Amino acid sequence: MSEAKPAAPFEPKVVAYCCTYCAYTAGDLAGSMRLEYAPNVRVVKILCTGKIDAILLLRAFEDGADAVYVAGCALGDCHFQEGNLRAIQTVAYAKKLLAETGLEPERLEFFHVPASAGPLFAQRADEMTDRARKLGPNPLRGTARQPAGGKLAREPDPHPPLPPAKLGKLVRATER
Amino acid sequence: MIVAKRKPLEQIEAMLEGFEKILIVGCGTCVAVCMAGGEKEVELLAAELRMRSKLQGRPRTIDEMTVTRQCDKEYLDQLAKYVADYDAILSTGCGAGVQFLAERYDDKIVLPALNTLFIGVAEGPGVWSQRCTACSECILDQTGGICPMTICAKNLLNGPCGGTNHGKCEVDGQKDCAWTLIYRRLEKLGRLDLLEKIQPPKNYGAMTKPGRFTHEAFQQAEHREE
Repeated sequence: MSEAKPAAPFEPKVVAYCCTYCAYTAGDLAGSMRLEYAPNVRVVKILCTGKIDAILLLRAFEDGADAVYVAGCALGDCHFQEGNLRAIQTVAYAKKLLAETGLEPERLEFFHVPASAGPLFAQRADEMTDRARKLGPNPLRGTARQPAGGKLAREPDPHPPLPPAKLGKLVRATER
Repeated sequence: MIVAKRKPLEQIEAMLEGFEKILIVGCGTCVAVCMAGGEKEVELLAAELRMRSKLQGRPRTIDEMTVTRQCDKEYLDQLAKYVADYDAILSTGCGAGVQFLAERYDDKIVLPALNTLFIGVAEGPGVWSQRCTACSECILDQTGGICPMTICAKNLLNGPCGGTNHGKCEVDGQKDCAWTLIYRRLEKLGRLDLLEKIQPPKNYGAMTKPGRFTHEAFQQAEHREE
């Protein structure tokens, strides 16, 4: 990357994986309360933070995000009992992977944002954007679009375990 | 299941030094279950390597492909049309998988991404422990289903040594004494009489490496051909 000063000041791109039951609802509430928060945050609604996988977090950075956070329910409040606990573990693991890769682990964080906490949602969004500003742009942003390989498409199995059924197909009562 | 863990990234990087096109081949059986080398782990490793090469400003192509098993020729054949394009193949299979891959594509450099640990079981999420040493002569019927060849540090077959210490092993105070476990299990099963039986000396010759085995059904087929 060139050392020349960019014409426009650096605007971080922040990805927020938000649980639909708490953080996303809190985001809605923040909107209803007319709270102002950093427009840099891109909210990705997920059914439960337990769904978050380390690869989703790494891909966001690979694609040039400057900071990523996962916002889940308060401890003990997960709609699916333990999704947020799993997410805390996943985020901690992904931080280790980031450090190993050579990116600052501080670019990634987990927050508890209960559904009633509209102001907290705004505060966390600002906090993470500020953090990304301090850390500077993700060094991968410039090369995010350069191809560097990926998953090879798998050939269809020439010997599938079961051939398509010709006889004995199920027919609905109405079609009979 | 064979349990393995990924090598440190630095070590993998050192192996890949100088290669520009790399194919990471995952294995969808044991190492996928122990979260070391399945499709998901291959994705993570590939993402890490790609990011590293971009951070260091070295262009490198890293592709991924996961086969059902690396220890069966049929599955390795699926890679035939791809491997020619790559400088090196990084296998996330166990030691057996890496060797079989290297044998099938013997004109390619095949590198291991994992350290293979043992044959074991899942104690809980993300925790595995060894249960079998593949000694070729199973005696679990005599020991209440607890293997002294694996759990006992000294492979003792006829009761504990003098180092058993309140159910722990003298070699490592954190580890259980196999023979205390066996005694408690046999007591529970009401089969303490089994302990009075003297185990004959173990045939360690059966463990001679490398092992090779032909299934009886196939031995007959070989015989008929002659």
